Amino acid sequence: MSTYCAGLFADIGILLLGALSVYIILATGQLSLGNAGFMGIGSYVASYLTVELHWPLTPALIAAALSASIIGIIVGFPALRLKGIYLAIATLGFGEMVRSFFLNFSHMGGSGGYHGMQHVSLGYIWAWAAGILLLLTLLERSRLWLEMRAVHDDETAAGLIGLNTTATKVGAFGFGAAVAAIAGGLFAHHYVYIEPANFGFERSIDFVLAVILGGSTVGAGALLGAALIVLLPEWLRFLADWRLAAFGTLLILVLLTRRQGILDRPLLAKLSFRGKSP
Amino acid sequence: MTAATNGALLRLANIGKSFGGIRALSDVSMTVEQNRIVGVIGPNGAGKTTLFNVITGAYRAGDGEVVLAGETITYWPSYRIMRAGIARTFQNIRLFAGMTVWEHLLVAQPHRGALLRVVLPVRWADPAAWARAEEALVFFGLQDYRNAIARTLPYGIQRKVEMARALTAGPRLLLLDEPVAGMNHDEAEELRALLMQLNARGLSILLIEHDMAFVMNLCHELYVLDFGAIIAQGAPADIRSNPVVLDAYLGTDTPC
Amino acid sequence: MLLQQLVNGLTLGAVYTLIALAFSLVMGILSILNLAVGELFMFGGYVGFAVIAAYLPLPIALLAGMAAAAVVSIVIQKIAYEPLRDAPLVTPMLSTLGCSIILQNVVTNVWGSDPLQLPTELFDTRVSLGPVNIGMMQIVVIGVTIVLVGAVAYLIQKTSAGRALRAVAENRDVARLLGVSANRITLLAFLISGCLAGAAGVLIGLHYAAITPYIGVDIGLKAIAVMVIGGTTRVWGALLAGPLIGIAEVLTIAYGGSQVRDLVVYGLMILILLLRPQGLLGGARSDIGQRV
Repeated sequence: MSTYCAGLFADIGILLLGALSVYIILATGQLSLGNAGFMGIGSYVASYLTVELHWPLTPALIAAALSASIIGIIVGFPALRLKGIYLAIATLGFGEMVRSFFLNFSHMGGSGGYHGMQHVSLGYIWAWAAGILLLLTLLERSRLWLEMRAVHDDETAAGLIGLNTTATKVGAFGFGAAVAAIAGGLFAHHYVYIEPANFGFERSIDFVLAVILGGSTVGAGALLGAALIVLLPEWLRFLADWRLAAFGTLLILVLLTRRQGILDRPLLAKLSFRGKSP
Repeated sequence: MTAATNGALLRLANIGKSFGGIRALSDVSMTVEQNRIVGVIGPNGAGKTTLFNVITGAYRAGDGEVVLAGETITYWPSYRIMRAGIARTFQNIRLFAGMTVWEHLLVAQPHRGALLRVVLPVRWADPAAWARAEEALVFFGLQDYRNAIARTLPYGIQRKVEMARALTAGPRLLLLDEPVAGMNHDEAEELRALLMQLNARGLSILLIEHDMAFVMNLCHELYVLDFGAIIAQGAPADIRSNPVVLDAYLGTDTPC
Repeated sequence: MLLQQLVNGLTLGAVYTLIALAFSLVMGILSILNLAVGELFMFGGYVGFAVIAAYLPLPIALLAGMAAAAVVSIVIQKIAYEPLRDAPLVTPMLSTLGCSIILQNVVTNVWGSDPLQLPTELFDTRVSLGPVNIGMMQIVVIGVTIVLVGAVAYLIQKTSAGRALRAVAENRDVARLLGVSANRITLLAFLISGCLAGAAGVLIGLHYAAITPYIGVDIGLKAIAVMVIGGTTRVWGALLAGPLIGIAEVLTIAYGGSQVRDLVVYGLMILILLLRPQGLLGGARSDIGQRV
């Protein structure tokens, strides 16, 4: 596979993880526009561990995921007080604060960025990406996921059928943050150079875009969305200077015609020849 | 059959609740004995739904205590109260709009056993829950609607699903908020029979209702609420002829 | 020196105020973030630039920028927002994002991605007021902002259109029952939103005597913070918060280092959301959890 193609696939894998991090949190009805912040935390923590402390990558990624999930849980608690667009705005603020923090964090380069990481193979990236996607696909059939969807549909009613909505919502932030951190750690070891600008609002929005475009009610939607976001600008190259406008147009068209995104549960069931779900 | 536990299943002692300057409930005391069907009636705005909200923890009681099977649950978070054995239905049905009927029958079931049961696919990891959902599906005659999404269901079916969901939680006490509102006579009869069947199986029921005929034929005991306070309590026969009660209802039709 | 910074902060703040208002007009009645506002701001700036480059006077540039942005804003409302009115908030938001992508691409193709510069002789006069040295342009920016904000405030408080706007913001369904055309009001909100964003673009382009296609994003995000801090539905809140944040930013850069300023601004925004969600001047309608 050419380096160019490998690069694209790496991008898809990393974006997939970022998209899944948004998907997990969105499943409980919370829109997070700041997951690039968790990605950044994961990136810097993992890089610090491998470069300064010479840890092997896998434990470094796990440690990065754990640290980010702690931050995620810390964010999740005040997030309980906010709903809808106000929560989204707060998470946006959080993302910007993380970015700003790393701009000031001169120990790891500040605005100059950080490097020294070892390059990791495409296979390794996809081992994580596919692994987590698979995990989520199993989780989607679990009672925990039903509880998350209940919180999404009607939080008050969910509490009144005995669901601990606090644990569910905060836990979702923790879990989502961990997944975003893994995306960050892999990003750092793929591009072997990171800087705060990599983890700004545009990145967070890319995650959200992938989920909404690909299908916001199924994990496979994040995969489709990530692929589209990475590959469409390539396929549209023939439009030269107008390809971004074309991308924007396509985005609007999809949203207008299929609000739930391209993939949803019925379509997925049909495509996988399983027929109707139980 | 449940082992007989003497004493009240649910006891409310001097419950008070205010919203700003409005006293929604004052000094409400009530008991639901094990295996009984108790009704709460009263004019609109009397505070009946507020009472349910206090019992289930959706509102915090300003004064007083709520005791469930000996445990004081007054300030417990909602989910803990429900897990302790209370389930409820709502005046305006609150289903989970995007979930199927089948999913409703799974989601309210209590967690039993290991964490793994909850995070792995239900079908393999928790066959007991699967079976219970099947049972509920059949019991309520919802087989045809198994994969239908809640928001697409006809009203009558939605009500059934809500009831079914509440029962899959395996409660000791079921709170029903105006269960026959909008139903015709046959449907109400069907529900009455169902409730009596459940009661015979050991379920205690506390219900709010306006439909006098329904309540008179079903409840073992009635409490009458007016302006947030209990104005009468007793057997249905006594309540129906109580002048204080009739006075409170003046202007509303009371079938004799 | 301090006073000088204050004036600089006020100028920056004036621009923030205008964009914050552009956001809050749409946010107040639709509860969505119009992610295209940043690019409308940028687009207005470019149009204003083009007018100035044609040696037409400043007021024409301002009006042209406002009109251009307003027209595009209405197009966005019709295409990207209207059909998705009842979808969950993230969908129309992303739709406006799509519009912003298109808009930025168009601008980059028409005018190039390198910064455009004005001959700096224009508006270079400076005025001395005691210890402070104010540029003519700064006075224009602050002055125009005050006029525009005043006009919007007048519109909202004193006209029937404004009353209708407030009604729809309060409760869309009831407003419709009372005969208010929510559609037309939404159109009006997008129109004014576009005008304000466009004006801000012209002002800041002329103030810095340069413009790039990328100024929209950063300033847009900051303006969201300003909107929240001032109070999402209070016009005067934006007028207060804009200069407040502008000055805070300028002072942080001068005395604390430029990198910390975002931490300060967004940290303040989050604090407000958590502790005083109605903003400094109160009154925002936040999503409250449903009651049983």
